[in-house]
Amino acid sequence: MEKRQEIDELDRRVVRALQGDFPLVAEPYKALAEECGLSEEEFLARVEALWAEKKIRKMGAVLRHREVGFKANVLVAWEVPAERLDGVAHQMAESPHVSHCYDRNTAPNWPYNLYTMVHGTSREECEEIVGTLAKETGVKNRTMLYTKKEWKKTSMRYFTEA
Amino acid sequence: MQALTSFDKVLLNLLQGNLPVCSRPFQKLAEELGTEESVVLERLKELKKEGYLRRIGTFFNSSRLGYEGTLVALKVREDRVEPVAKAINTLAGATHNYEREGGYNLWFTLLTPSPEVEKGILARIRALDGVESMLNLRANRKYKINVQFKLA
Repeated sequence: MEKRQEIDELDRRVVRALQGDFPLVAEPYKALAEECGLSEEEFLARVEALWAEKKIRKMGAVLRHREVGFKANVLVAWEVPAERLDGVAHQMAESPHVSHCYDRNTAPNWPYNLYTMVHGTSREECEEIVGTLAKETGVKNRTMLYTKKEWKKTSMRYFTEA
Repeated sequence: MQALTSFDKVLLNLLQGNLPVCSRPFQKLAEELGTEESVVLERLKELKKEGYLRRIGTFFNSSRLGYEGTLVALKVREDRVEPVAKAINTLAGATHNYEREGGYNLWFTLLTPSPEVEKGILARIRALDGVESMLNLRANRKYKINVQFKLA
């Protein structure tokens, strides 16, 4: 994990302004800057800095993947031998069907250490993609955690605790 | 829901990459697409209304903002899944909460400003009626976070 960093009050204000829906207006940064009492130039400079410090990882659109045709997805937990973990993780991350790929702690009676989110147009396609990933990496033991119900899916609101 | 036009697909593919950081970002996107700023803005508003776009916004690296993140799996007694899921939904830092197939049937992600806060929240969740077992699956390394769908 990355080292924790101090975030100054001005950055907190900029993050709070940016974390909502991006305004669909001609001068969106100016509108956001006004919310934090900054000039547009100051605000843009802060955004550039947040990018440079890798505090921002993406600005742009997220699609509703079901509506655009990716109707099925599955969280797959894999048991990868420790000495192969890094290589297998890189290999799986390269697949265009994989959106998330994390190495996580194991737990007693829970040997899985690599997690991938796999997207397809159907459950059958997800099974096929996962079968191919297994074959390509030689990782045999896995568990398929299909969604039964989405209870919540939101974006994080940072710096709103107090 | 109207089908996506080829213009929509090019626009959405471009916008899934990075939004320009400049005074008139939609003007810049319009130039790349060979159209007008107003056309891009109007179409994006429509796509949002029609439900194709979940969000246009900024995504942060939570650990660089000083937050702790983890994935928590719970084994919840079948008749208690709904109240436990609803209790988790009330947590500001629980951003994703899914009922899944398998022995561990409720999975949620949790972001907190400190390990102490995380510990307190997890202790409360573990103590809820019907929660039989809990796994705290902290990420060691994130190899990919990229929810991007190329539209063809």
